[in-house]
Amino acid sequence: MEVTRRHLLLLLTPAAAAFLDHRNGVSAAAPESKYKLADHYWGMIVDIAKCIGCGNCVRACSQENAVPSGYFRTWVERYSVPDYPEEHPIVESPNGGMEGFPNTEHKNTKNFFVPKLCNHCEHSPCVQVCPVGATFETPDGLVLVDKTYCLGCRYCVQACPYGCRYIDPHKEVVDKCTLCYHRISQGLTTACCETCPTGARLLVDLKNPKDPVHEILRTNAVQVLKPHMATGSKVYYKSLDQSVR
Amino acid sequence: MKEAAHLIRVAALFVTALLVFLLVRQKVMPATFGQYGHFRGSALEEIRARPIAFAGRPTCEMCHDDQLKVLKTSKHANIGCEACHGPQAKHADDTAAAKPILPDTKLLCARCHEANAAKPPKFPQVLSKDHSGGEACNSCHQPHSPKIG
Amino acid sequence: MHGVEGFMYPNEVELQWSILIVLYPFITGLVAGAFILASLERVFRVEAVKPTYRLALLTAFGFMLVAPLPLQLHLGHPERSYEMFTTPHKTSAMAMFGFVYMWYLAVVLFLEIWLDYRKDIVLLAQSATGLKRWIYRLLTLGSYNVSDKSLAIDERAGYIITVIGIPSAFLLHGYVGFIFGSVKANPWWSTPLMPIVFLFSAMVSGIALVMLMYMAAVKIRKQQIDMRCLDTIARYLFYTFVIDFSLEMLDLIHRMYESGESFQSLDFMVHTRLFFSQVLLQIIAGTCVPLALLAANQVYRFSDATRRLMYGAAGGLTLIGIFAMRWNVVIGGQLFSKSFLGYTTYKLEFATREGLLPAVFLMILPFVIIWGLITLLPPWSATHARVVGGQHGGVS
Repeated sequence: MEVTRRHLLLLLTPAAAAFLDHRNGVSAAAPESKYKLADHYWGMIVDIAKCIGCGNCVRACSQENAVPSGYFRTWVERYSVPDYPEEHPIVESPNGGMEGFPNTEHKNTKNFFVPKLCNHCEHSPCVQVCPVGATFETPDGLVLVDKTYCLGCRYCVQACPYGCRYIDPHKEVVDKCTLCYHRISQGLTTACCETCPTGARLLVDLKNPKDPVHEILRTNAVQVLKPHMATGSKVYYKSLDQSVR
Repeated sequence: MKEAAHLIRVAALFVTALLVFLLVRQKVMPATFGQYGHFRGSALEEIRARPIAFAGRPTCEMCHDDQLKVLKTSKHANIGCEACHGPQAKHADDTAAAKPILPDTKLLCARCHEANAAKPPKFPQVLSKDHSGGEACNSCHQPHSPKIG
Repeated sequence: MHGVEGFMYPNEVELQWSILIVLYPFITGLVAGAFILASLERVFRVEAVKPTYRLALLTAFGFMLVAPLPLQLHLGHPERSYEMFTTPHKTSAMAMFGFVYMWYLAVVLFLEIWLDYRKDIVLLAQSATGLKRWIYRLLTLGSYNVSDKSLAIDERAGYIITVIGIPSAFLLHGYVGFIFGSVKANPWWSTPLMPIVFLFSAMVSGIALVMLMYMAAVKIRKQQIDMRCLDTIARYLFYTFVIDFSLEMLDLIHRMYESGESFQSLDFMVHTRLFFSQVLLQIIAGTCVPLALLAANQVYRFSDATRRLMYGAAGGLTLIGIFAMRWNVVIGGQLFSKSFLGYTTYKLEFATREGLLPAVFLMILPFVIIWGLITLLPPWSATHARVVGGQHGGVS
């Protein structure tokens, strides 16, 4: 409720916005002068070998962004891949992995967790199909939704190869990961990265050469999900098994 | 020309409709539309204006340096405070307004350390039933410095 | 999770496009098909189908008025749909819908009907009474000139509009096919054949509908049916159906032979969740049977009564088959996971916004509108004789 009113007021006057920010005890969203769109280009690195499937990221995301229950901006999948044939893995994601995973054992399989989130694609199929410009790629490399402008036609949900979008059942508009834009624009990391106990997820600013994460990209074999989709995904996976889809 | 007067009327009707459309379009287009691309530019600031829930470890460290000292030397040195204690931005704003609740270690520790075939083999994990027999984890381990002895 | 088999991405469990989005290509298909049948007479001078010319146009118009309603009803925020016109996104296949729709409705269908009926309208504006008189007077746009010369101009303009209208009809429905065919994330949809398959299935359904409408209209008015007309329509229905079926089989064979990464998953879906609607309804009952009925008429001459029965059955089954085809495309494309590891279920609700009830209502509505149009602009008016000396001499 707070968010809706907030949006409304924001549309009315900047003064109202400033007041609300003050009342909520938040320093006003970094003004354009401080946060320069042109200086950043965001992505993420996910290290499969470090993920322990604790579900912290899923819970934190839900708390940070008030994600409606039953829908996920990020989720974790548990893969059980038979040694042969590899193309028939058993995959589970009970409640998106929010409460962790049961230790189901499948014979002769390798097992691992795969955290998923919006890939903030450079050539987003979802942005391409939006009929009105309610979802868009920002100059700093994010794919965002203007919830006051979305028609709720759901074409973008169909176009996303990764299943990252859902319809907010209360607002009847599309919703998805913002890569915690409200946090990263203030110099914080995302809620999922903040709470990941093993550092399996790392926010990366691809335009900032001083970001230590660049070293990881330079020295490791990384992959993106469904590379044949040619979406220019900016979520890079380390130690990703080919069976993951 | 006279014989086609009705066609001119119909054409005029269409042209008028088109002009009205263009005028209305001018009126209802959001002011910042097209500022950065094919979208409402002010949407960026609106999305950025969302209040945060997780304050971030550096914020916690500003006050809790005693805890930090212990944590820094332990196996848990790199874990964010809010990974276990939950979102504390409200507490950081006004420590009186929101007090963090101490998590129940039986639930908390199991999330990470309960044995699961999909966890990396080197990651320390136990079957809590065998390991502690229902005893709370913090009766032996201190979460900020879990090593015993 | 209920109704889920295997693994779905967690956000995928719920279907996004419901029965209303099944209606959308079905209805626009009927519009495009009916219009193309009408243009057979006008542009390709197939005189035999003349008795259905005006009926086909009114049918197209009636369905066209309803076409955007399922979309509006489906939108989370219908009140924002004007944004499609004010800020259309040029990379979006869907953004063009509003413009293609307005073009087709206003420039093609409205103008063609208006020009064809102008003489009737002017005469009725003088003879009718009450509210009707005002409607006709409005429709004349204040011009009562029905001299031979002006009607000859109308005839020529109407011809040009029909010529423009044919590619427009192709555009309208080929474009609807493109909306699905261009979604690379969905292998069930993503094929360049989709627009062409949609186009030909549109023609098939539109021709079948006008044929049935004509038969029904004759029956209701207790008149003698023009068997030459009916035979010709059935023949065209047969031709387009053969092309449509060949294209669909080509798509199927191509998929089976290529056996890409999605094939196993889709193949399993067709054999289980889509078996009834795809194999039984669409292919057997909705395609093979009507094709056999129509083919039989090409090689053997049955009695008039038998032919009428066969055509009626073929037309009805065709419409069911094409509806099933739209269903299988729209719903089928959402039943499997984009991970190709699982399947979900579509639960058709009844009295909800996107349930069966509004869908049934939306399918009845065009017929009510067509009935209204027929009362206002009777297709069988005595004055309906093309001016001799126009583009071509009409024989009515």
